[in-house]
Order: sequence, then C-alpha cells, then structure tokens
Amino acid sequence: MRHIISVLMENATGALSRVSGLFSQRGYNIESLTVAPTDDPTLSRMTLVTKGNDASVEQIVKQLNKLIDVVKVMELSDYQHIEREIMFVKVAASNMEACASIKRMADIFRARVIDVKNKMYTLEVTGSPDKLDGFLETLEDHKVIEVVRSGAMGITRGANALKI
Amino acid sequence: MKLTGAEIFIECLKAEKVDTIFGYPGGAVLFLYDELYKAEERGEIRHILSRHEQGAVHAAEGYAKSTDKPGVCIVTSGPGATNAVTGIADAYMDSVPLVVISGQVPRQLIGNDSFQEIDIIGITRPCVKHNFLVTRIEDIAPTMRKAFYIATTGRPGPVVVDIPKDLTSGVDKIKFEYPKDLKMRSYQPTIKGNKRQIKSALNLISQAKKPILYAGGGVISARASEELTEFAQAYNFPVTTTLMGLGCYPSTDKQYIGMLGMHGTFEANRTMHYADLIIAIGARFDDRVTGDLNKFSPYAKVIHIDIDPATISKNVKAHNPIVGDVKQVLQTLLEIMEEQEINPDKSAYDTWWKEIQEWQSVNCLHYDQDDTAIKAQYVVEKLWEVTQGEAYVASDVGQHQMWAAQYYKFNKPNRWVNSGGLGTMGFGLPAAMGIQLAHPDETVACITGDGSIQMCIQELGTCTQYKLPLNIINLNNGYLGMVRQWQEFFYEERYAMTYNQSLPDFVKLAESYGHVGLHIDKPADVEGALREAIADTKRLYFLDFATEPQGNVYPMIPAQYGHNEMYLTKEDAITDMQAKAKAAKEAE
Repeated sequence: MRHIISVLMENATGALSRVSGLFSQRGYNIESLTVAPTDDPTLSRMTLVTKGNDASVEQIVKQLNKLIDVVKVMELSDYQHIEREIMFVKVAASNMEACASIKRMADIFRARVIDVKNKMYTLEVTGSPDKLDGFLETLEDHKVIEVVRSGAMGITRGANALKI
Repeated sequence: MKLTGAEIFIECLKAEKVDTIFGYPGGAVLFLYDELYKAEERGEIRHILSRHEQGAVHAAEGYAKSTDKPGVCIVTSGPGATNAVTGIADAYMDSVPLVVISGQVPRQLIGNDSFQEIDIIGITRPCVKHNFLVTRIEDIAPTMRKAFYIATTGRPGPVVVDIPKDLTSGVDKIKFEYPKDLKMRSYQPTIKGNKRQIKSALNLISQAKKPILYAGGGVISARASEELTEFAQAYNFPVTTTLMGLGCYPSTDKQYIGMLGMHGTFEANRTMHYADLIIAIGARFDDRVTGDLNKFSPYAKVIHIDIDPATISKNVKAHNPIVGDVKQVLQTLLEIMEEQEINPDKSAYDTWWKEIQEWQSVNCLHYDQDDTAIKAQYVVEKLWEVTQGEAYVASDVGQHQMWAAQYYKFNKPNRWVNSGGLGTMGFGLPAAMGIQLAHPDETVACITGDGSIQMCIQELGTCTQYKLPLNIINLNNGYLGMVRQWQEFFYEERYAMTYNQSLPDFVKLAESYGHVGLHIDKPADVEGALREAIADTKRLYFLDFATEPQGNVYPMIPAQYGHNEMYLTKEDAITDMQAKAKAAKEAE
C-alpha cells in the first residue's frame, strides 16, 4: 500500500538527515521526499511517500515521532487530502509534426511550455503523481531528454491541518 | 561576569550536579580539560581517566545503571570520538542515560579533513537518542541543558554534544545563564498512562486464567520495582524477567519463575508459551526473548506497558497498549484497584500454578559439580552465596553472562549491569569500575571470560590509579564459549577461530598492574578464593578460574525455534541435530 506522510519538524541543521537516515537504518523504503521551510521559518515541512503494510507504516510514524527534531507527524492517507507534484520535461521538438503533437498532449494535460530553445521544448506540468506518470506515457513516441519531478506534496481538505 | 566557553561548560556540569566525569584528553578538548583541572582542584568535579575512550563510556554506563544519575563522558575529536562509539551504541540499545561531550576541530576547519576531524554527529546519528553540534558560544548552556533533559527523561538514552575547540578557547566570553525552564515543542514524552486503557487492562486481567507477568529493563529505569512487586503479589502472577530486568522482582520469591528467552528457564518459556495473557511491563519483545515470532505465545492476549510508543506492537501485537512511565502507570493501576475495591482471589490461578510447578520440577538449571573440572555455574552460584546475593555484578558478553544471569539471584534492582542489546564484549570491566566509583563501599564483581576480558583489559590500569577493589571472576575455558557452542550445535563442531590461543598469564598480568592475581583450577578451591577476594576491600582480585573447556549453556532455544522447543541437555541438541540432518537428506 502506498502511504503519504506529512512531517512538521524543526528547521535545524541535520534534521533532514535524521529523517532520511531513519528510513535507511530501519529498512523502510522512500518513494519520494520533499522538504522546504514553512510560513514559520523555524519549521520545515516534509512530505514522504512510502510503500508498506499498515503495521510497518504504523512503525514508521512512531519512529518519526520519536526523532527529537520532529514536531508532528500526520498520515495524510488517513484523511481526505489533495496531492500534487510538479514536473519539468525537456523533449526534442525536431520537426513541425513533433511540435504539434507535443503541444497537443501538453494542452490535454494542461502542461505549459516554459522554454523553447535549440529545437527543445521544456514543459511544466502539475498534478497528482498518477497524472504525471500518464503524461510521460503519452510522450513515449517522442525523444524525452530530461525529466525533473519534485516528489509529491499534500495537504488535508477542510478544517484538519498539520499545525502546531 | 563573563565566562569563556570552557568555564560555561563547567558551570553547566555543576548545574546538573555532575560529580564524576569519565574521559580521556586530547587536542580538541584541551581548554575543557584546563577548566576540569581547576574544577577538580576546587573539589567540584572528579575526573576519571580511562585507558581507552570505550572504557570511559562503559564506565559511565556502569555508573548510570547502578545509580539514578546520568553517566557523563568527555572525549576528544576524531579517534577519541570514534573510540567512544561502541559505548554510545551500547547505551542506545540498553536505554542508558548518558551525556557524551566530544571535542571538535575549530569551526573554520570543519569540513576541511583537518587533523583529527571526524563528523561524529553523522557517525553517531543512528545510535543516539539525539546529538548536537554546538556552533555558537551562546548555545553551549542551552544545549547542555537539553542534552541532560533528553538523556534522562522519557525512554533514557545517550546524547552526544560536539563542541568545536574555538568556542572554548576564551577569545569570546559571554554572561553565563543556565536555562531554568525547558520546554521543547518537539519532545514531550508521554508520562501518565491513559486511564481508560489501564481500566481495560484490569478488565482483561480479570478474564485471564493463565496470565504471565513479563518485566524488563524499563521497570529498573523507571525505578518501579516496588510497584511491580506489589501488583504481581496482589494477583499471585507468575513473574518472569528479561536479561535486562533481572532484579526488578526478587529472584528468590516463590512467584519468580526465572529469566525467559533463548537461555531462560524451561518453566518461564513454557509459561510464556501456554499463557492466555501476557502483561509486558518495560520490555520490548526482543528476538532473544521471543524466538520465532510465528511460534511465540500463540494463545495469549497482550497488555503492553512501555514509555516508548514505538516499542508497542513492533514485534508482537499489543491488544491493550498503555504508553507511559512504568512507575506512574503502575501507581495509577494500583490506585484504580483500590478505588474499585478490586481484591484479586489469590487462588484463582491454582490450576495454572500446578502446571507451572510441573515445569519447575524439571529442574532445568541442575548441574553436577564433580571433583575434576570447575563448572562455571558452580563459580557463579558460590559467588552468590559468598556475597549473600548483595553484590553489584557487571558482566561481559557470552556464556559467562548467561550463567551469571541464571545462577546469581538478584533480589534488588540496579545490581545487575550488563550489555544486553548490543552484546558488547569488553563491557564488563569498565562498567564494574563505574559501579565501584558510584558505590565505593559495596562489593562489586565483574563476571567475565577469557575472550571478553581481553577486549578492555587496559582498564586494569584505571583500577590501579583509582584503587578500585573489584573482584574479577574470569571464567576461563580457553574458548569464545558462546560462539563455540553454536559451532558445536550448528556447524558440525568446526571451531573456527573460537579457541583462544596464546592467552596471557592472567595472574602475572594482574600483578604487573599492582593487583592480586589467583589461578584456581580445583573445584575445592573455588569458595576459598572467592571468600579471600570478597573479604579484601582494599585490593583488586583477579580470579582466574580454569573452567570446563567445552561446557554449554542450557537450557537453549535455538534461533527461530519456539518456546516449546528447548534443548535442556546435550542429548536434546544431538537428537535435534540428527533429526534435522535426516530430514535434510530425505529432502535431497
């Protein structure tokens, strides 16, 4: 089962390495991890995507809570939530036909062309990780040069919030 | 008045009422040692110089485990810090409150691969409760305050504070202020147990017919022996303890059925296997306790009381978890029993006790001491007699550790100090030093073996310097016995590297440090030697007992076996080996 976990932690040196270290020490897998400071500069917020059964995810949440730098942990999968990821794709647009086809796909997936240079299109697309996977599939017939994904981040819907 | 970083450091130790600090000097901690020197002259703090940083940390562990104070160590940067890692990891595994201060190269040199520079924060991250690199002189005092707070509260553990040399040099001076109140938004251990869960536990207990109380080191850390004993005796529960829990319940009491697990008693393991309710208190269902989890206690519901929520349902699912300080939870539980006028019927488990008594009648710890080779078991049992069960006992790791656990009957907590989780050979001697320094007038024994003792033997020098009258009981069988035992059972007697060749003459070795050394090779001489050593409260005795070379620890549950599948004797082991070999052949 895929689980998405949000972590609020002290914006301190080494805090990130404690979290990532925990995963390798205890043999948990990390699918993606994204982190940045919040509106409160003393806090960072991290979103982790991991796979495991319920018991192992329960352990992950407990072990995260045990880290001294971690202030709060929330398993977003337990709540109604919204999940987004941003992706850049650089793709070769060598002829008119390719240009048109890429542009068409971009329109369908609401991707934007953010750069055109040396017969290269760079696209930006935002959505659930599933949608980004889908977009990459549609580009299979083209020459994809480079892909950058941010990893998923998430937020609960409604009044629930991960705050201190 | 403004103070230097080094002076602030001393003031922090004083504010934390640290009277003893273990350590080893070096370049990065020169300023700190300069102030320690002055503090010692003023009679404020005593510094104990080990012979190796590992010894300093284990000594601090022995000090902490036998008292209610944290252990404090100071080591230099680079190799000083890396030498301390084994001790830090040991303290992590056994939840020992420890504050380890390491020197670091000056800030401007960090990251340059400078002389004696190592990222000790990175190295120790997986084996500390928390660690800090101090980067500003203003942070020294608040960091020290946090370090002591984190080490000693919640589930205790080691905290490393890495201080760059330039912060202590005296170039900068600031006003010293030790933070009084400490609130950490990211660290708030649950201390009080949830009342609803405690009540539901009492309800589960009322339905049980075959309960077992399984107590671990957490009871000792929480100083909850009294409450545990009261609770156990109110219900007439059979009580078993883990290796770390020895002494948290009186071992000579009739309700005590011995240690459980791989080398636990037949009765403790059978009772665990057939129980319908496990009341786990301050224990963590370690693999050496449970054996194969799929075969573990198949009929039982589990009440699990522990301060660390991550321990609950980690290995064995808890039906009734209670997170909290064991002492406070037990106090609340006893209060609720009084409020609700719960007076357990002490005969309720009579049938259960009859079953248990049958297992007890197997007498699984029986051995015969003839007049040929000394049995290690006999030495430990005699030590128990001679010290009337009152000694502090530190042990190393291996067969002697298991025999010490099986045959020295601890009736009080904090008397048994060993390396349970990490299983660190070399732990015993320095740990015993720490105990003796904390309890100068008590009898301290170190039960060790010819393998383990050599791993920190340099600490004999520390014992000379500080006149520590330890009693070292070296159970010398000439082998790394525990590994040899496994090779005998599971590797067709191929004794790879487990015969200890070229052993030193331990008597001469002890004498060269100014201690008394005795070699004992006759069973008849065991008691006399022990009596002589214990009676002498001034000198260290190194008792080198030549014991039966290939003795084995029984009972034994091989790894991945169930609690109902024990070897009680060599014959059991052989029969099982043969059956396995036959099955393997047939499978081919």
